[in-house]
Amino acid sequence: MHCHPRDFDSLDRGLIDIYQRGLPVCNRPFLSVAERLGTSETEVIARLERLLSLGVLSRVGPVFDHARAGASLLAAVAVPEETRDAFAELINAAPGVNHNYAREHDYNLWFVMTAPDEPELEARLDALEARLGVPMLRLPMLEGYHIDLSFPIPWAELECT
Amino acid sequence: MSAATPLPLDAVRSRDEPAAHRRLRALLEQGMPLTPRPWQTLAEQAGMAEEQVMACVRRWQAEGMIKRLGLVVRHRRLGIQANAMMVWDVPDEQVEEIGRRLAQEAAVTLCYRRPRRLPEWPYNLFCMIHGARRERVLAELAMIVERLDLGELEHRVLFSTHAYRQCGGRYVGEGAI
Repeated sequence: MHCHPRDFDSLDRGLIDIYQRGLPVCNRPFLSVAERLGTSETEVIARLERLLSLGVLSRVGPVFDHARAGASLLAAVAVPEETRDAFAELINAAPGVNHNYAREHDYNLWFVMTAPDEPELEARLDALEARLGVPMLRLPMLEGYHIDLSFPIPWAELECT
Repeated sequence: MSAATPLPLDAVRSRDEPAAHRRLRALLEQGMPLTPRPWQTLAEQAGMAEEQVMACVRRWQAEGMIKRLGLVVRHRRLGIQANAMMVWDVPDEQVEEIGRRLAQEAAVTLCYRRPRRLPEWPYNLFCMIHGARRERVLAELAMIVERLDLGELEHRVLFSTHAYRQCGGRYVGEGAI
Protein backbone atom coordinates (compact mmCIF):
# COMPACT_ATOMS: atom_id res chain seq x y z
CA MET A 1 0.00 0.00 0.00
CA HIS A 2 1.11 3.52 -0.61
CA CYS A 3 0.36 6.79 1.14
CA HIS A 4 -2.09 9.32 -0.27
CA PRO A 5 -0.85 12.79 -1.24
CA ARG A 6 -3.41 14.28 1.16
CA ASP A 7 -1.26 12.89 3.98
CA PHE A 8 1.39 15.43 3.07
CA ASP A 9 0.92 19.15 3.60
CA SER A 10 2.90 21.94 2.03
CA LEU A 11 5.73 21.63 4.55
CA ASP A 12 6.17 17.90 3.84
CA ARG A 13 6.05 18.56 0.13
CA GLY A 14 8.46 21.46 0.44
CA LEU A 15 10.95 19.23 2.23
CA ILE A 16 10.62 16.54 -0.42
CA ASP A 17 10.67 18.94 -3.37
CA ILE A 18 13.61 21.06 -2.23
CA TYR A 19 15.83 18.76 -0.20
CA GLN A 20 16.33 15.59 -2.21
CA ARG A 21 19.68 17.26 -2.76
CA GLY A 22 21.57 20.20 -1.34
CA LEU A 23 21.11 19.57 2.36
CA PRO A 24 23.71 22.00 3.72
CA VAL A 25 26.83 20.66 5.42
CA CYS A 26 26.80 23.05 8.38
CA ASN A 27 26.58 22.56 12.15
CA ARG A 28 22.79 22.86 12.26
CA PRO A 29 21.55 21.68 8.84
CA PHE A 30 17.95 21.22 9.95
CA LEU A 31 17.88 24.74 11.37
CA SER A 32 19.04 26.05 8.01
CA VAL A 33 16.27 24.02 6.31
CA ALA A 34 13.73 25.34 8.83
CA GLU A 35 14.71 28.95 8.15
CA ARG A 36 14.27 28.49 4.43
CA LEU A 37 10.86 26.84 4.85
CA GLY A 38 9.67 29.28 7.53
CA THR A 39 9.37 26.82 10.38
CA SER A 40 11.37 25.58 13.37
CA GLU A 41 14.23 23.11 13.58
CA THR A 42 12.16 20.92 15.91
CA GLU A 43 9.32 20.85 13.38
CA VAL A 44 11.66 19.91 10.52
CA ILE A 45 13.11 17.05 12.54
CA ALA A 46 9.63 15.88 13.56
CA ARG A 47 8.47 15.93 9.92
CA LEU A 48 11.50 13.98 8.74
CA GLU A 49 10.95 11.42 11.48
CA ARG A 50 7.33 11.03 10.40
CA LEU A 51 8.25 10.65 6.72
CA LEU A 52 10.79 8.00 7.71
CA SER A 53 8.31 6.12 9.86
CA LEU A 54 5.74 6.19 7.03
CA GLY A 55 8.39 4.68 4.76
CA VAL A 56 8.21 7.61 2.36
CA LEU A 57 11.90 8.20 3.00
CA SER A 58 14.41 5.41 3.25
CA ARG A 59 16.85 7.77 4.93
CA VAL A 60 18.16 11.31 5.10
CA GLY A 61 21.77 11.44 4.06
CA PRO A 62 24.22 10.96 1.24
CA VAL A 63 23.75 8.95 -1.92
CA PHE A 64 27.12 7.46 -2.79
CA ASP A 65 28.37 6.98 -6.32
CA HIS A 66 28.17 3.23 -6.95
CA ALA A 67 31.35 3.11 -8.98
CA ARG A 68 33.39 5.01 -6.41
CA ALA A 69 31.87 3.82 -3.18
CA GLY A 70 32.29 0.12 -3.92
CA ALA A 71 31.25 -2.48 -6.42
CA SER A 72 27.72 -3.19 -7.61
CA LEU A 73 26.04 -5.09 -10.37
CA LEU A 74 22.57 -5.53 -11.85
CA ALA A 75 21.63 -9.18 -12.22
CA ALA A 76 18.56 -11.08 -13.35
CA VAL A 77 17.25 -14.61 -13.19
CA ALA A 78 14.40 -16.38 -14.94
CA VAL A 79 12.39 -18.47 -12.49
CA PRO A 80 8.94 -20.09 -12.62
CA GLU A 81 6.29 -17.48 -11.69
CA GLU A 82 4.69 -19.79 -9.13
CA THR A 83 7.95 -20.08 -7.13
CA ARG A 84 9.07 -16.50 -7.71
CA ASP A 85 8.47 -15.39 -4.11
CA ALA A 86 10.67 -18.17 -2.77
CA PHE A 87 13.49 -17.25 -5.14
CA ALA A 88 13.09 -13.58 -4.22
CA GLU A 89 13.43 -14.52 -0.56
CA LEU A 90 16.70 -16.36 -1.23
CA ILE A 91 17.97 -13.32 -3.12
CA ASN A 92 17.01 -10.96 -0.29
CA ALA A 93 18.77 -13.22 2.20
CA ALA A 94 22.08 -12.92 0.33
CA PRO A 95 24.48 -10.32 1.71
CA GLY A 96 24.70 -7.09 -0.31
CA VAL A 97 21.38 -7.16 -2.19
CA ASN A 98 19.89 -3.68 -2.08
CA HIS A 99 17.23 -3.76 -4.80
CA ASN A 100 15.11 -6.69 -5.85
CA TYR A 101 12.14 -6.35 -8.19
CA ALA A 102 9.79 -8.62 -10.05
CA ARG A 103 9.47 -7.53 -13.68
CA GLU A 104 7.33 -8.56 -16.61
CA HIS A 105 9.73 -10.68 -18.65
CA ASP A 106 11.11 -14.24 -18.79
CA TYR A 107 13.87 -12.78 -16.67
CA ASN A 108 11.39 -12.00 -13.95
CA LEU A 109 13.60 -11.17 -10.95
CA TRP A 110 15.99 -8.23 -11.17
CA PHE A 111 18.28 -7.28 -8.34
CA VAL A 112 21.33 -5.21 -7.52
CA MET A 113 24.17 -6.83 -5.64
CA THR A 114 26.70 -4.61 -3.85
CA ALA A 115 30.02 -5.33 -2.15
CA PRO A 116 33.02 -3.43 -0.80
CA ASP A 117 35.13 -4.41 -3.84
CA GLU A 118 35.05 -6.40 -7.10
CA PRO A 119 36.43 -9.74 -5.81
CA GLU A 120 33.89 -9.77 -2.98
CA LEU A 121 31.12 -8.86 -5.43
CA GLU A 122 32.03 -11.78 -7.66
CA ALA A 123 32.18 -14.13 -4.67
CA ARG A 124 28.74 -13.00 -3.50
CA LEU A 125 27.25 -13.45 -6.98
CA ASP A 126 28.82 -16.89 -7.41
CA ALA A 127 27.52 -18.00 -4.01
CA LEU A 128 24.01 -16.75 -4.76
CA GLU A 129 23.97 -18.28 -8.23
CA ALA A 130 24.91 -21.66 -6.75
CA ARG A 131 22.22 -21.27 -4.11
CA LEU A 132 19.52 -20.39 -6.66
CA GLY A 133 20.55 -23.14 -9.06
CA VAL A 134 19.62 -21.10 -12.15
CA PRO A 135 21.92 -19.17 -14.49
CA MET A 136 22.30 -15.52 -13.60
CA LEU A 137 22.42 -12.73 -16.13
CA ARG A 138 25.19 -10.36 -14.98
CA LEU A 139 24.93 -6.88 -16.39
CA PRO A 140 27.58 -4.53 -15.02
CA MET A 141 27.22 -0.85 -15.81
CA LEU A 142 29.67 0.06 -18.58
CA GLU A 143 28.74 3.71 -18.74
CA GLY A 144 26.21 5.91 -16.96
CA TYR A 145 24.65 8.69 -19.02
CA HIS A 146 22.30 9.81 -16.29
CA ILE A 147 21.96 8.47 -12.78
CA ASP A 148 19.76 10.54 -10.56
CA LEU A 149 16.62 9.43 -8.79
CA SER A 150 15.95 12.83 -7.23
CA PHE A 151 13.30 13.67 -9.81
CA PRO A 152 10.39 16.02 -9.05
CA ILE A 153 7.40 14.32 -7.44
CA PRO A 154 4.31 14.69 -9.68
CA TRP A 155 1.99 15.65 -6.81
CA ALA A 156 -0.88 16.68 -9.08
CA GLU A 157 -0.79 13.42 -10.98
CA LEU A 158 -0.70 11.48 -7.71
CA GLU A 159 -3.76 13.34 -6.41
CA CYS A 160 -5.81 11.71 -9.18
CA THR A 161 -4.83 8.12 -8.47
CA MET B 1 44.88 12.87 1.01
CA SER B 2 44.41 16.36 -0.32
CA ALA B 3 41.02 17.72 -1.24
CA ALA B 4 42.36 19.28 -4.41
CA THR B 5 43.57 16.08 -6.05
CA PRO B 6 40.88 13.62 -7.10
CA LEU B 7 41.78 10.20 -5.79
CA PRO B 8 42.14 7.24 -8.11
CA LEU B 9 39.17 4.94 -7.62
CA ASP B 10 41.17 2.25 -5.85
CA ALA B 11 42.45 4.68 -3.24
CA VAL B 12 38.96 5.40 -1.93
CA ARG B 13 38.05 1.73 -1.68
CA SER B 14 37.64 0.21 1.71
CA ARG B 15 41.01 -1.43 2.25
CA ASP B 16 43.02 1.79 1.97
CA GLU B 17 40.71 3.99 3.97
CA PRO B 18 41.51 5.10 7.49
CA ALA B 19 39.36 3.20 9.95
CA ALA B 20 37.47 6.26 11.23
CA HIS B 21 36.51 7.27 7.68
CA ARG B 22 35.26 3.78 6.99
CA ARG B 23 33.17 3.85 10.12
CA LEU B 24 31.79 7.23 9.13
CA ARG B 25 30.86 5.98 5.68
CA ALA B 26 29.19 2.88 7.09
CA LEU B 27 27.19 5.10 9.45
CA LEU B 28 26.27 7.53 6.66
CA GLU B 29 25.02 4.71 4.45
CA GLN B 30 22.35 4.13 7.08
CA GLY B 31 21.37 7.77 7.04
CA MET B 32 22.13 10.80 9.16
CA PRO B 33 20.86 10.91 12.73
CA LEU B 34 17.95 13.35 13.02
CA THR B 35 19.45 15.40 15.82
CA PRO B 36 20.00 19.18 15.86
CA ARG B 37 23.72 18.57 15.33
CA PRO B 38 23.83 15.40 13.23
CA TRP B 39 27.52 15.75 12.33
CA GLN B 40 28.39 15.98 16.00
CA THR B 41 26.34 12.83 16.70
CA LEU B 42 28.11 11.03 13.86
CA ALA B 43 31.46 12.31 15.05
CA GLU B 44 30.91 10.76 18.45
CA GLN B 45 29.94 7.43 16.86
CA ALA B 46 32.86 7.40 14.42
CA GLY B 47 35.49 8.62 16.86
CA MET B 48 36.13 11.88 15.04
CA ALA B 49 35.57 15.59 15.65
CA GLU B 50 32.48 17.32 14.23
CA GLU B 51 34.63 19.56 12.01
CA GLN B 52 36.48 16.50 10.67
CA VAL B 53 33.21 14.79 9.81
CA MET B 54 31.97 17.87 7.94
CA ALA B 55 35.30 18.23 6.13
CA CYS B 56 35.15 14.57 5.14
CA VAL B 57 31.61 14.87 3.79
CA ARG B 58 32.51 18.02 1.85
CA ARG B 59 35.54 16.34 0.36
CA TRP B 60 33.52 13.27 -0.68
CA GLN B 61 31.03 15.65 -2.31
CA ALA B 62 33.82 17.50 -4.16
CA GLU B 63 35.33 14.22 -5.33
CA GLY B 64 31.98 12.97 -6.56
CA MET B 65 31.87 10.01 -4.22
CA ILE B 66 28.75 11.57 -2.68
CA LYS B 67 26.39 12.41 -5.53
CA ARG B 68 23.77 14.17 -3.46
CA LEU B 69 22.90 14.79 0.15
CA GLY B 70 19.32 14.98 1.30
CA LEU B 71 16.04 13.10 1.52
CA VAL B 72 16.11 9.69 -0.15
CA VAL B 73 12.53 9.12 -1.30
CA ARG B 74 10.85 5.73 -1.63
CA HIS B 75 8.81 6.54 -4.69
CA ARG B 76 6.50 3.56 -4.36
CA ARG B 77 5.29 4.72 -0.98
CA LEU B 78 4.24 7.99 -2.60
CA GLY B 79 2.26 6.14 -5.23
CA ILE B 80 4.85 6.32 -7.99
CA GLN B 81 4.32 2.68 -8.72
CA ALA B 82 4.93 2.34 -12.42
CA ASN B 83 8.63 1.82 -12.66
CA ALA B 84 9.50 0.87 -16.19
CA MET B 85 12.87 -0.39 -17.29
CA MET B 86 13.33 0.14 -20.99
CA VAL B 87 15.97 -1.91 -22.74
CA TRP B 88 17.25 -1.20 -26.24
CA ASP B 89 19.42 -3.04 -28.73
CA VAL B 90 21.46 -0.19 -30.18
CA PRO B 91 24.30 -0.63 -32.71
CA ASP B 92 27.53 -0.19 -30.76
CA GLU B 93 28.61 2.84 -32.76
CA GLN B 94 25.40 4.69 -31.85
CA VAL B 95 24.96 3.69 -28.24
CA GLU B 96 26.82 6.60 -26.70
CA GLU B 97 24.98 9.24 -28.70
CA ILE B 98 21.56 7.70 -28.12
CA GLY B 99 22.35 7.17 -24.44
CA ARG B 100 23.19 10.83 -24.05
CA ARG B 101 20.05 11.94 -25.88
CA LEU B 102 17.82 9.66 -23.81
CA ALA B 103 19.48 10.94 -20.63
CA GLN B 104 18.41 14.48 -21.51
CA GLU B 105 14.74 13.52 -21.60
CA ALA B 106 13.04 14.88 -18.48
CA ALA B 107 11.12 11.64 -17.93
CA VAL B 108 14.25 9.48 -17.95
CA THR B 109 15.58 9.03 -14.43
CA LEU B 110 18.41 6.59 -15.12
CA CYS B 111 20.25 5.67 -18.31
CA TYR B 112 23.14 3.20 -18.61
CA ARG B 113 25.05 1.15 -21.12
CA ARG B 114 25.46 -2.50 -20.17
CA PRO B 115 26.90 -5.51 -22.00
CA ARG B 116 24.78 -7.78 -24.18
CA ARG B 117 24.69 -11.42 -23.11
CA LEU B 118 23.97 -13.28 -26.31
CA PRO B 119 21.93 -15.21 -27.13
CA GLU B 120 19.77 -14.68 -24.03
CA TRP B 121 20.05 -10.92 -23.76
CA PRO B 122 20.54 -8.70 -26.82
CA TYR B 123 19.99 -5.33 -25.14
CA ASN B 124 22.84 -2.93 -24.42
CA LEU B 125 21.15 0.32 -23.36
CA PHE B 126 18.92 0.67 -20.31
CA CYS B 127 16.80 3.54 -19.11
CA MET B 128 14.14 4.00 -16.46
CA ILE B 129 10.95 6.03 -16.39
CA HIS B 130 8.99 6.39 -13.16
CA GLY B 131 5.37 7.46 -13.04
CA ALA B 132 2.13 7.09 -11.15
CA ARG B 133 0.44 5.07 -13.88
CA ARG B 134 1.44 2.62 -16.54
CA GLU B 135 -0.46 4.38 -19.35
CA ARG B 136 1.31 7.59 -18.51
CA VAL B 137 4.74 5.95 -18.62
CA LEU B 138 3.92 4.23 -21.92
CA ALA B 139 2.72 7.53 -23.37
CA GLU B 140 5.99 9.18 -22.30
CA LEU B 141 7.93 6.39 -23.91
CA ALA B 142 5.99 6.69 -27.16
CA MET B 143 6.74 10.42 -27.27
CA ILE B 144 10.41 9.81 -26.65
CA VAL B 145 10.61 7.16 -29.37
CA GLU B 146 9.04 9.57 -31.79
CA ARG B 147 11.03 12.64 -30.75
CA LEU B 148 14.38 10.85 -30.89
CA ASP B 149 13.39 8.78 -33.93
CA LEU B 150 14.09 5.46 -32.23
CA GLY B 151 11.24 3.51 -33.84
CA GLU B 152 13.61 1.22 -35.71
CA LEU B 153 15.45 0.06 -32.62
CA GLU B 154 14.48 -3.23 -31.02
CA HIS B 155 13.31 -2.47 -27.50
CA ARG B 156 11.30 -3.89 -24.62
CA VAL B 157 9.57 -2.38 -21.61
CA LEU B 158 9.86 -4.29 -18.34
CA PHE B 159 7.44 -2.88 -15.78
CA SER B 160 8.09 -3.86 -12.21
CA THR B 161 5.22 -5.76 -10.63
CA HIS B 162 6.57 -6.07 -7.10
CA ALA B 163 9.40 -4.60 -5.03
CA TYR B 164 10.92 -7.26 -2.79
CA ARG B 165 13.57 -4.83 -1.65
CA GLN B 166 14.38 -1.19 -2.28
CA CYS B 167 17.07 0.42 -0.17
CA GLY B 168 20.29 2.35 -0.35
CA GLY B 169 23.69 0.87 -1.09
CA ARG B 170 25.66 -0.71 1.72
CA TYR B 171 29.13 -0.81 0.30
CA VAL B 172 31.23 -0.81 3.41
CA GLY B 173 31.73 -4.28 4.90
CA GLU B 174 29.33 -5.31 7.63
CA GLY B 175 32.12 -5.43 10.20
CA ALA B 176 32.90 -1.76 9.66
CA ILE B 177 30.68 -0.30 12.35
